[in-house]
Amino acid sequence: MGEWEAVIGLEVHTELRTATKLFCGCPNAFGVEPNTSVCPVCLGLPGSLPVLNAKAVELAITVGLALSSRIQPSQFHRKNYFYPDMPKDYQISQYDVPVNAGGAVALRSGKVVGIVRAHLEEDTGKLVHRGGGGRIGGAEYSLIDYNRSGVPLLEIVSEPEISSAEEAKEYVSELRAILVATGASDGRMEEGSLRVDANVSVRPSGSAELRTRVEIKNVNSLRSLGRAIGYEIERQIAVYEGGGSILQQTRHFDEASGETLPLRAKEEANDYRYFPEPDLPPISPLPAEVERIASELPLLPAGRRSRLFELVEGASPDQVEVAIAEEVWPYVTASIDFGVAPELVLARAANELVALIGDAGLLTPLRFAEVVALEERFSPSQVKLLLKGAVGFDGTVEELVARVGLSSSGAEDARAMIKEVVEANPEEWGRFVAGDAKVGGFLLGQVMRKFGRAISGAQARAALDELASGAAGE
Amino acid sequence: MNDGILALDAASLAAAVRSGEVTAVEVVETYLAQISVQEPEVGAFLSIDAEAAISAAAALDRARESGEELGPLAGVPVALKDNLCTTGFPTTAASRILEGWIPPYNATVVDRVLAAGGIAIGKTNLDEFAMGSSTENSGYKITRNPHDLDRVPGGSSGGSAAAVVSRMALLALGSDTGGSIRQPASLTGIVGLKPTYGRVSRYGLLAFASSLDQIGPMAATVKDAALMAEVIFGHDPMDATSLAVPVPALVDGIEGGVRSLRIGLVSNLLEVAAPAVAAAVERAAAALAGEGATVETVAIPELSLGLPAYYVVAPAEASSNLARYDGVRYGFRGEGATAEEMMVSSRSEGFGAEVKRRIMLGTYALSAGYYDAFYLRAQRVRSLVRSAFQEAYSRFDLLLSPTSPTTAFKIGERSDDPVEMYRSDVCTIPSNLSGDPAISVPFGKEGGLPIGVQLMGPALAEERLLRAAYALEAGWSGE
Repeated sequence: MGEWEAVIGLEVHTELRTATKLFCGCPNAFGVEPNTSVCPVCLGLPGSLPVLNAKAVELAITVGLALSSRIQPSQFHRKNYFYPDMPKDYQISQYDVPVNAGGAVALRSGKVVGIVRAHLEEDTGKLVHRGGGGRIGGAEYSLIDYNRSGVPLLEIVSEPEISSAEEAKEYVSELRAILVATGASDGRMEEGSLRVDANVSVRPSGSAELRTRVEIKNVNSLRSLGRAIGYEIERQIAVYEGGGSILQQTRHFDEASGETLPLRAKEEANDYRYFPEPDLPPISPLPAEVERIASELPLLPAGRRSRLFELVEGASPDQVEVAIAEEVWPYVTASIDFGVAPELVLARAANELVALIGDAGLLTPLRFAEVVALEERFSPSQVKLLLKGAVGFDGTVEELVARVGLSSSGAEDARAMIKEVVEANPEEWGRFVAGDAKVGGFLLGQVMRKFGRAISGAQARAALDELASGAAGE
Repeated sequence: MNDGILALDAASLAAAVRSGEVTAVEVVETYLAQISVQEPEVGAFLSIDAEAAISAAAALDRARESGEELGPLAGVPVALKDNLCTTGFPTTAASRILEGWIPPYNATVVDRVLAAGGIAIGKTNLDEFAMGSSTENSGYKITRNPHDLDRVPGGSSGGSAAAVVSRMALLALGSDTGGSIRQPASLTGIVGLKPTYGRVSRYGLLAFASSLDQIGPMAATVKDAALMAEVIFGHDPMDATSLAVPVPALVDGIEGGVRSLRIGLVSNLLEVAAPAVAAAVERAAAALAGEGATVETVAIPELSLGLPAYYVVAPAEASSNLARYDGVRYGFRGEGATAEEMMVSSRSEGFGAEVKRRIMLGTYALSAGYYDAFYLRAQRVRSLVRSAFQEAYSRFDLLLSPTSPTTAFKIGERSDDPVEMYRSDVCTIPSNLSGDPAISVPFGKEGGLPIGVQLMGPALAEERLLRAAYALEAGWSGE
């Protein structure tokens, strides 16, 4: 590249994780039978009217707060153009007054990419072309699925401040992590719930000019995004160096050839004839509501990262990235809160947990914490065995230990521990045996305080009850 | 008994059905007989379903016999403008582009009328997509004014007006974007109320201009209009512009009179009216004064700016609202080798000339480079009209004007001059722009043709409007 630099701005569309669509009560469902999650509103039938989904606005504001945007009173507009996947032949979108204005995403490299806006709009239906290579031009016929029509989208527009394919990937991956952490999106690019359009131009290095940009559509993964932008930058440089000029156009990334190709033979100037949507009153979020959302904002990826680096000096950045991922983070926090050494948590999370995460539904964060805490009794390799054994196992930790074949005396140990505590607290023990269940909590607390590392709550409870029933029978 | 049934107003008829004095089936049969005589001459309906009406009436009678309490419109035959969605009838907005389309849902107002015991007797003709002032723009047929079959009934709710005045229905629903309830009411000698914007749910009304459209009652008497209004008013969660305010009692107290009401006679709207119409309005002013109101002449020049502003805002919204009629999902589909060609031919062949004219006007007004000069400027004029009204309503409780500048005109008379046709709405448009309620009530005749006068009021003042309209109705002897 050398004498040339790239100027890249990204438009990220994310489907919001609401139960229902943006303007009607249809389920916001993915992968169901075509045209079954539809009603007069999202089919745009004559006479139907949109009613705004408050949850979508709340999620949009949540993302805005996470991006340090200005949350402002906003308004929907109609974007008018004819296309068969759009049942009203206009899209209800936000235009000059979006819900979120400004903002920024700080990349891991330390670079900060500005956000222009993050606005709400409705998704279109999905066209499937049959024949003619699956493109609308040569297709014999086309099918339309309106299940996606009216699904809430948040479009996040960056400033043209990204300067390489690698940085574009880094931006999208950080933004994606933020969207997932806030619960706004599931972030699945391959299912289309996160879609990226890239605006790319090049200019002589060090220059401040903005040359003609090309919009690249149809990138379905981070890898494709990088490839598409990389190709486009090289193509534009080659065109300029060959004395040519770049046409403002929309190009489509061809996964197979790795090239970007013009989407339409003839580029039409679109005039969307935006005007305020008369069917929807303006949105004016109450300051108290925005404050409430802000107070409920979870710890974001950047915050998670800095918390871990604070806890573990010199932590491995790779381990930290694994630990802050949405599906791993609950295990990490549960273990740290449980009192496990953070270094150990990071190591186990990055190595053993990630291998088990597909079965994560069967391994609760607390169970993970309990097992990792055993590392003071067992060797790392034994703990790895225990973690594998813990998946889907709902007995006590000692039973787990016994099951994995590392101990046969778990239950006996538990009885011994309880006995020790009972003997030290004879009065409370008497009341408990006499049927005062409340004292059980106190006794259990004593056991956990003394032997918490070696015994689980459930195990202690079982041993306590066993001992009490024996005592009452005497 | 049949003449007896036809002589009853809606409240009395519903009471008679509720008490079992007459059956709903008798009522419907009587009205169907009336339709068989009148409809061939008048042409008010686009669809009638006698069988469905009779079976709905029979169901009502059975419900009464089993001890169920019937609603306020029990057994009352209601005509529905054909731009209201009905699962029981095709809904076409009088456009060829929707020929035969049967909606999968009822408009909220339709559900409310049916729940109140009303019988949907048929769907009435209109100017295509409610764009017109004569009902001549229908894609299907012409509706004639029962007072003179060579003349128009007004529009766009001309079918509903003609049905009510010829007693083919006792009540009707219309929609009013720039006068489409009030002007045909005036030209046919009935009562037509355009409620405050947001009073009545628009869910299921085929949109013409969303920020102006409002559904309202059309009836032979003010009291009947009030009864229908009570049934259809009220918040609807399916319409985000629907107002969440309580529905006032409109029938009780309607005889309360106009004593001490301050009424402004709008001189600049009087000036545009034909002499006979202006004279009728002045007689109405005198009648109100005679009943104890204070009547004063007032000029509100901003209201005259309403017409050009309206003919930018309404077509702009219409150009977007009517985009969905593209042949892809429902209605008429034209030929075409590509999706785009198919859309173009569907719309070119499916829409009538007036609709296409307005789509083009609106598309132009919203286009890049013209938006500020047309759409934004029209919105500024709209604000001007709104604040002029606001100022006037700080001094007056109600305003009085003609409804239409003229009585019913001849069929074909204005067809070649759209702008002349547009002028029919000069007195009615301002209340659509401001969103305020207004009512047309018959007050006099000229050469056998009815003349309506218009009362306008501030937002949510329907109770006051109906009370004054009732006083006017009582104060006019009929000739």
